[in-house]
Amino acid sequence: MSTLPLAISRRRRRSVRHTLDVRVSPYAYVAPFFLLFCAFGLFPLVYTAWVSLHEWTLLSETQEFVGLGNFSTLLADGYFWNATFNTLSIGVLSTVPQLALAIWLAHLLNRRLRFQTLFRVSLLLPNVTSVVAVVVIFSQLFGRDFGVINWVLSWFGVGNIDWAAGTATSHIALSVMIMWRWTGYNALIFLAAMQAVPRELYEAATLDGASTFKQLRSITIPMIRPTIVFVVIVSTIGAMQIIAEPMLFGQSSGAGGGIATGGPDRQFQTLALFVYEQGFANSTFDFGYASAASWLMFLAVVVVAGINFLITRRVKGGLV
Amino acid sequence: MRLRYLTLTAVAFFSAFPLYYSVVVASRHNSALAQVPPPLIPGGNFFANVSRVFDTVPFGLALANSVIVAGSISIAVMFFSTLAGFAFAKLKFRGRNIMLVITVATMMVPAQLGIIPLYMLMVKLEWTGTNYALIVPALVNAFGVFFMTQYLSRALPTELLEAGRVDGCSTWGLFWHVVLPAARPAAAVLGMLTFMSAWNDYFWPLVVLSPDNPTVQVALSTLASGYVNDYVLGLAGTAIGTLPLVAVFALFGKHIIGGIMQGAVKG
Repeated sequence: MSTLPLAISRRRRRSVRHTLDVRVSPYAYVAPFFLLFCAFGLFPLVYTAWVSLHEWTLLSETQEFVGLGNFSTLLADGYFWNATFNTLSIGVLSTVPQLALAIWLAHLLNRRLRFQTLFRVSLLLPNVTSVVAVVVIFSQLFGRDFGVINWVLSWFGVGNIDWAAGTATSHIALSVMIMWRWTGYNALIFLAAMQAVPRELYEAATLDGASTFKQLRSITIPMIRPTIVFVVIVSTIGAMQIIAEPMLFGQSSGAGGGIATGGPDRQFQTLALFVYEQGFANSTFDFGYASAASWLMFLAVVVVAGINFLITRRVKGGLV
Repeated sequence: MRLRYLTLTAVAFFSAFPLYYSVVVASRHNSALAQVPPPLIPGGNFFANVSRVFDTVPFGLALANSVIVAGSISIAVMFFSTLAGFAFAKLKFRGRNIMLVITVATMMVPAQLGIIPLYMLMVKLEWTGTNYALIVPALVNAFGVFFMTQYLSRALPTELLEAGRVDGCSTWGLFWHVVLPAARPAAAVLGMLTFMSAWNDYFWPLVVLSPDNPTVQVALSTLASGYVNDYVLGLAGTAIGTLPLVAVFALFGKHIIGGIMQGAVKG
C-alpha cells in the first residue's frame, strides 16, 4: 500500500524521460553542426558587414564609424578593379575548359572498361595533392629558363616564355594548375550522375545509329543537367575565391612583388588576394577596408553564381 | 575503342607526371636543373635534400602539428557527422526537413569571406598561433553531415532500430550500439576524405599560425618563398609532405572514390 505512489511517480518519471528522449534528443544530435556553423561561419560573415562600415585596423583602440566611406574609396581604387578583372579572367579560363573536359572524361569512363579503377585513381591523384605542392611543382614546370614546359614548346619553335611576367601568360599558367587539380574530381562527380542514366536509352540510340558524341549531346547532358548545374555553381563559387594559387605562384615563381600583390605589376592578383593584402599583408592591417572588399566580393559571388545558374538551366534545348 | 584507352592513358599520364617530376627534381642537385634537356629520371640526392629541408624549417614540428590537427578533426567529424546523420536519417522531429535543407545550403556559403572577423575572434579567444584555431572551427561540417545522412538512410534498416527500442534502448543507446557499428564503412571513407583536406589546408593555417609553429603546408610555403629560388629544396619538402598522402590514397583510392561519387549523387 505504501509503495504504490512511489511506483506511479517512478513510472511517470520514466515516461517523462522517454518523451524527452524521443522529442528533444534529436535536436541535441544536430546541434553541434549548427552551433559551430553559427559561431565560425555565419557570425564572421555577418560581422564583416559591420566592420566594413568602420575605420578599423588591427592596432587601433577605437573604431570610427564611417558609413559607406570604405566602399566609395574601394570603387575608386584601380587595384580593386584590376583584381576583379583578374578573378573573372582566371575564373573563366580555368572553369570553362575544365568542366567541358570533365564531362568528356566522365563520358569516356562511363563504359565497361579494363583498368577502370586505375584510371579513376589516377584522375583523382592531383586532387590529393595540396595547393602548395601543386604550385611549387608547376612553378618549376613553368620556369622560364629550365622549365619542362618551355623545353617542350621549344620543339615547336616557341621561344622561352616568362610565364609569370605577363598578364595573359600568368593567367594561363594559374588556370592550368587549377584545372590539373580539379578536372578529375569533377569528372568523377559527373560519372556518378551518368551511371544513374538508364542503359536502355543508349542501347536504343546505338540501334538508331547515333554516334557516341551525338549520344553525349542528346542523352547524357540533358539527363545529368541537375548535376551540371550543381557543379557549375560550386565551381563558380570556388573560382571567385581563388587565393592560394596566385599567392604561392608570386613567391615560388620568383616573379617579384610583395607576398600578396600577385606579381610586381599585380598582373595576377585576385580579389581574395587583394582582401588578404589589405587586411594582413599591408603595414596598416586595414580590417575595415578589407571587410568592405570582402563584402563586395560576396555580392559578386552571388551575382555571378546566379547568372551561371540561369545560363546552365537554359542550355536545355539548345544542345539537343 | 582504342582511342578511348589512348585518351584515358594520356590523361592518366598528365595526372601523374607532375608528381613524378617533383620526385625527379627533389632527388637531384640544383645544378642538374640547368641542363638541356632537363633531367627526367630520379638522381641520388634525395636524402641529402630532405635533411636540408629539416635544417631550413621546423619540419618535424610541422609534421607533428599536421598529424594532431588532421587527426583530431577527422575523429570529430566522423563522430558528429554520424550523430547528426542518424538524427536526420532515422529520427522524427519537427523541422527536420528544413534543417537538412539549411545544412546543405550552408555548403554554398563562401566562408572565406568572413576571414577577418574569424581572425579577430581567434585573437579574442587567444587561439592565434595554436592548433585550437585550426581544430575547433573544423570539428564538424555540412558535407560530413549530409554524407552520413545519405548513407544511413540507405544502409541502416529501420527495423533494426525498432527492435532496439523494444528492447528498451534509449536513443543514445541506439546510436552507440546500433548506429555506430553500422556506420563504420562510410565513416571510414569520410574520415579519410577529411584527413586529406585538413592535411592539405593552407590558407587559414597561414593566417592564424606563425612560421615557427607551422603545419606542413605552411612550412612548405616558407621553403618555397626563399629569396633564392631553391627548387630542389622546395620540391624535396613537397615530396615528403605529399607522398605519404598519395601512398594512402593509392591504397584506399577505390573506397575514397566510391565515397566521393556517393556523396555526389543528388548533390
